[in-house]
Order: sequence, then structure tokens, then C-alpha cells
Amino acid sequence: MTEVATDILRVRNLRKSYQSGDTRLEVLRGVDFDLAAGEFVSVVGQSGSGKSTLLHLMGLLDAADSGEVVLAGTRIAGLPASRRDRLRNTCVGMVFQSYHLLPELDALENVMAPLMVRHGIFEWLSVRSAVRARACELLDRFGLGGRLHHRPRQLSGGEMQRVAIARALVTQPQVLLADEPTGNLDEATGAGILDTLCELNRADGLSIVLVTHDAAVARRADRIVRLAAGRVDETCPAAERKAG
Amino acid sequence: MYKLLLCWRYLRTRWIALASIISVTLGVATMIVVNSVMAGFSHEMQTRIHGILSDLVFESHSLSGFQDPQWHMDEIRRAAGGDIVGMTPTVAVPAMLNFQVRGQWVTRQIMFIGIDEATHAQVSDFGRYLQHPGNRTQLSFDLREGGYDTVDSQSETTTPTRPALEGAGWQHRRMRVERERVWREKLEADRRASEAALPVAAGGSAGPARSIDQQVDAVLAATTGDEPPVASPAADAAAATRADPFRQARPEEGTRMDPAKEQFTGIVPGIGLASFRDSSGIDRFLVLPGDDVKVTFPTAGTPPKAVSDSFTIVDYYESKMSEYDSNFVFVPLATLQRMRGMIDPQTGLASVNSIQIKLRDGADLDVVRDKLRKVFPADLYAVATWRDKQGPLLAAVDMEMSVLNILLFLIIAVAGFGILAIFFMIVVEKTRDIGILKSLGAGASGIAGIFLGYGLFLGLVGAGAGLALGLAIAWNINSIRVGVEWLTGQRVFDPSIYYFHRIPSIVDPFTVAWIIVGAVGIAVASSVLPALRAAGLHPVEALRHD
Repeated sequence: MTEVATDILRVRNLRKSYQSGDTRLEVLRGVDFDLAAGEFVSVVGQSGSGKSTLLHLMGLLDAADSGEVVLAGTRIAGLPASRRDRLRNTCVGMVFQSYHLLPELDALENVMAPLMVRHGIFEWLSVRSAVRARACELLDRFGLGGRLHHRPRQLSGGEMQRVAIARALVTQPQVLLADEPTGNLDEATGAGILDTLCELNRADGLSIVLVTHDAAVARRADRIVRLAAGRVDETCPAAERKAG
Repeated sequence: MYKLLLCWRYLRTRWIALASIISVTLGVATMIVVNSVMAGFSHEMQTRIHGILSDLVFESHSLSGFQDPQWHMDEIRRAAGGDIVGMTPTVAVPAMLNFQVRGQWVTRQIMFIGIDEATHAQVSDFGRYLQHPGNRTQLSFDLREGGYDTVDSQSETTTPTRPALEGAGWQHRRMRVERERVWREKLEADRRASEAALPVAAGGSAGPARSIDQQVDAVLAATTGDEPPVASPAADAAAATRADPFRQARPEEGTRMDPAKEQFTGIVPGIGLASFRDSSGIDRFLVLPGDDVKVTFPTAGTPPKAVSDSFTIVDYYESKMSEYDSNFVFVPLATLQRMRGMIDPQTGLASVNSIQIKLRDGADLDVVRDKLRKVFPADLYAVATWRDKQGPLLAAVDMEMSVLNILLFLIIAVAGFGILAIFFMIVVEKTRDIGILKSLGAGASGIAGIFLGYGLFLGLVGAGAGLALGLAIAWNINSIRVGVEWLTGQRVFDPSIYYFHRIPSIVDPFTVAWIIVGAVGIAVASSVLPALRAAGLHPVEALRHD
């Protein structure tokens, strides 16, 4: 019972290889992948199976050798750099294993950062209060209302990851790409983060791609895609429904 | 927006980068101080040059000069029109100054300049540089009773650096004459005593007795008397008359003049000719106003003959340009014309060899000079502005300033390389943050903008601090000098070397602006390469960077 909806993300025959010294390392050897609007998909696989690379390609952080990625109806191959930057800023929210917050900025500023990037200085002055309100609201929702002006190093791992999620959501993206978001967290905190993601998916209809190597984490998603040796492993059950 | 915010945050958190701009600060401060002091010196020098030279100098090539200065002045006025404010004729000849110090004759090579007391003040600041307050208001070639300044009237110090001038003038002259009279009497008494004591052995075969005067001179020359002996005026006058048949009769001629009541023609020598400054800043004088000297100069005839005459120093002249102060001796124009035979016995017209011209404020010197050059043939007359006259000196100072500026800018350029190195370090350190920003959608230009902006901020901070430091030093350089002298016990600015008592300093806003712009420009330029490197980082690799 695949939900038929407009695909937010469509990946076709995607290939990517890296040159390392004399050898050419093929990471993705023709990956096909679709993400429907409002879907929560886990991508699992062993280390080196190409999960992160796939995520980076979908998040426009890297360019594929061949194949195509269509993000929100836009084919991204061959787009000029400025359009790619714009698309990345507006359509995609990313969450990383090691949080990737800017250490010079406090929690609130980190959350507002994507919109600071989007707006020029004069535009920013006019949207500043709206953005600030939205960022505060998001942080509040994640239980960080009292830690707006703490620097990342003053926050715990779970708090940092929730700030990172708030940052990813402040732009109201069409898809959230999460790369091992629980990887650096203890089990309880990681579970909290996963609850947050599930809640966002269920309540806000946010499309999420979650990359993980942890089967337990992966099972929280609507569907699991297994990557092996640079391809989608078709031998595993196409979809595993999450328990609850 | 994020660029500004991050620049600001980096500025506040990266102290190492602030360290890199200390060299910018020091470079800017040094440049401001050096330029201000150089400009101060240059300004002082130009003021002094201009104080002595009038705006335009109209000269004949010949030492004999040209006749009828009045006609020439009328022609000049006609040619230059309304730009001329004043004119005065002068005669300048190379000459030799002789005076006696403790029995020894001292000779100086001089430029003997005849000036018109009445009109000379119209064209130059000559009067300002004299040592007697009365002469500063109206120059007189008559010796003053006393009252010469013991404090340098042109400096701001109030310590008397010229104690010797206190007794100068008629009082000094009378004292000297009196001392010589006592000497003479003592010698006469000695001579009588020794004659009486001599046995008759010498008998009538004694050689011709030397006159008292000769003996006095001989003794004075051999002993260490305090003051030089009086010149023998009658003999001088006679000699001068012989050498110069056109000389007019002088009242004292033929009679023996009384040096305690009369003087020779007054002259005003440059202060450097007869004084020196010791290391404590006190000026010591070899001869004082009231003393007599001899000057030997060429007549206007063909071929010129050397004539000599006695003169009385009536004042000293100090422009603080050593070239002038140790070269120029001023004398009344009419006297010099008469002594050199520059007055035509038939027509009574006098000759001069230059006319000093003063232009109205704001007149273009070069334009007026060119107008005059058109009217007066260049093979007979030379017309030059005061700048032309000191062209090589002024050009040398300008060149010195340019070279210094280039060298000092190199210091800031070196600082630029420091910024470059530290920025590369910061880019490496911030690689992950750059990756994060790229993952949030920041473009290459935005990332480059952060580092360029950071370079600009650092440049502004460095140059701003340098500006404050430089201005503080330039404005207080003399207090700082005093402080350093007090701390080290060493003289930093030795007044016996420089004629100034304080270090001159002029801050030119335009120069300062250029220095700031240059320093900030160098800071931005040296952040270009690191900025490009940051912009070119691959986002995925940057994110993986530890």
C-alpha cells in the first residue's frame, strides 16, 4: 500500500565515484529512489555502502557523475551554482550526526542562520522579527525555550541535535535529510530525537529521509531502503512498517 | 546578513588575527608620524627660505649689475601688472669677512648683500629674524645701546640661550675700548719701567723704537685678552680711500675716530658666521654687536679689484637655515654701492644687481615669472621664483619623503602577508563551518564575502588604532621627546645640530586619508586569496573536516 502522492524526491540511476590515488572508488552504481510527500524513509546499509553519498547528492551538496535527481519537480543536474544554493536553502533541511552548529553563534542565531543566508542585509531587517519569532517558537516546541542564548558548547548532545533540527525546519523545507542524527547520542536521547522526527512527520506531514546503520532506528520509518555495494538491495523486504 | 554577523563574531573571538594587525597599526602610526614630522620640517624650511628670498628675484648675470633700478622697477610693474605688492633693489657680491678672536684672525667666505632699509621689509620677513626687538620693528644700521634678546625670539623656550648678547651694543663697545685703554697704559708704564732699568749699554745704537700702537697690537696678539683689539680705523679709512677713488668723504676721515663714541658702517651678519652652539644649547659668540670686523669685496670696475673696509656689527640675523645664516651679511645698499663704485659719477645713477619682488597673496609666481622673462632678455637678466632658487633642495626633500613613504608602505605590505598567513590558518580552522554554511545554502561569493569583510574589518581596526596612535604621537611629539630624554638621559633632538628648539609636526588630513586607505586596501587585498580558497572548498569535504 504505497502512498501515491507527488514525489518530492526522485532519484534515477544515480552514479557517483571518487578518485583516490590510482584507484577509482565507485560508491553509487545506479541507485533508484523515490520519496513521496509526507513519507518517512530510512536508508540503511553498512559503512561504505553509499548512504551518506546518496544523501549528499539529494541535498545538492555534491554532483553526481550520471543519473538524475529531481527535487520538488526541479532536475538539479546542470543547474548553475547559484540556483543550486538557492534550492538547497529553500527546499532541503539537513541534520547531521555531529550536529554541525556554528560555534560562534548562540542557539537562536544558529536556528536563524539559514534565513540570514537567504536574505540580504536590508531584507533581513524587514523579516528579522518574523524569523526570530518562528525560531523561538521552534526552539520552544523542542523544549529549548530557556536556552536561546546558549552557545553550542554549553548545550548537551541532544539539545544540540534539537537545535540542528530546528535550524533545518526554520526554512519550511519540503524534505528533511537526516544523516545518522542519533549516532552520537545515547539511547534515550537518540530515542527522543527519533520521537521528534516521527512527530514532525506525522503532525506536519514533513517528508524525511533518515540515513542510519542502526536497524532499530531504521524501523521507526515508514519504509526502509537498504543500500548494498552502491545499489538498492532489492532482496530485503521492500518496506517494513514501523511498529507503532 | 550572516556575513556581517560572522565577521563580527570572528573579530571578537579570533585574537590571533588581531595580533596580525598590530603590524598594520604600527605601520600606519609610523607613517603618520614620519609624514607629519617631515611635513613639519619641510614647512619650516620653506618658510625660512621664503622669509629670506622674496617671491621673485630679478637679477643681472653681471656682478656689476644694471643701472637705474627705478626704471627697471617701473618696467617690471608694467609687465607684471597688479600682482606686485613691493619691490626693493639689492646688491649681492661674494666677499670675505675677517675678524679677530683672541689675537687670531678668522676669515669667512660670505655673500655681502646691500639692502635698502626702508623698502626691504616690504618683500621679505627679514626683520623678523633679527635679535634686537627694535630692529625687528624697523631695521637700523646704527648700533643700539643694548637690549638684545638673550632668548631666541623664534622659539617657544623662555630659557636665555644667548647670555652673551646681554651686554652687546654700545655698552660692550665702550667696555672694550676702556679695556684696551687700560692695556695700553699698562704697556706704556712697563715700557718706561724697562727703559729706565736698562743699562746704558744699548746706548744710542738701539734700533728704531717701535710705536706704542705696534707694541699694543703685538702684545694683544700674543696674550689671551678677552676681546679682540680695536681695528686701527684711521689706517683702514685711509686704505679704503686709496682703493676706492669714488668714495665719498666720510666725517671721520683724516681724523682719528673715537671708537667709544663712533661706529663704522653697520652690518648684520648671519648668526652662524660668528657663533656656535654648544651641546647644552647655549649659543657662544666669537664677536658681538658693537665689535668691528673687516670685509673685503670686489669693486664694480673691470677687472674688479678687491677693496677692504671696516664695519661694525649692529645685529645678528637668524633665519635658522644654516645655508643663509652662515653666508649672508647685510649692509646698507647706498654704502655698498658707493664703496663698489656702482654710482655713475656723471649721471649719479646707481647700479644694483638684483631686484626683489613681492607679489600679492595668491598670485601665481610662475605666471608672473614667465611674463617678466618675456619682457627682459634672458641673456641679460635672470628671473626666478624663490622655489626655483631652492629647487634642488625642495626636490630633495620631496624625494626623501616619497622614498620614506614607499619604504614604510612596504612595512604595511609585510603586515599584509602576516594577515594572509593567519587568514589561511583561520580558513583551515573554519573549514567545517564553511561546509555548514554551504549546506545551509550559502554561495561561494557569500563565503568569500565573509573573509573579505573580515579582512576589511581587521584593516579598519588596525588602521583606526594606527590613526589614533599616530595622531597622538604626532601631536605630542615634543612632550614625548622630553619624556624619552628624561628616561634615557640622552638628547634625542640636539639643538646644536638642528636650529629648531622643538620638533615641528604638521598633520596633513589628505596624507592621513591616503595612508588609511592604503593600509585598509592592503588588508583586504591580502584576504583575497584565503577568501577564494574558502569559497572553493567542496561542501562535503568541508563537512567531513575535523
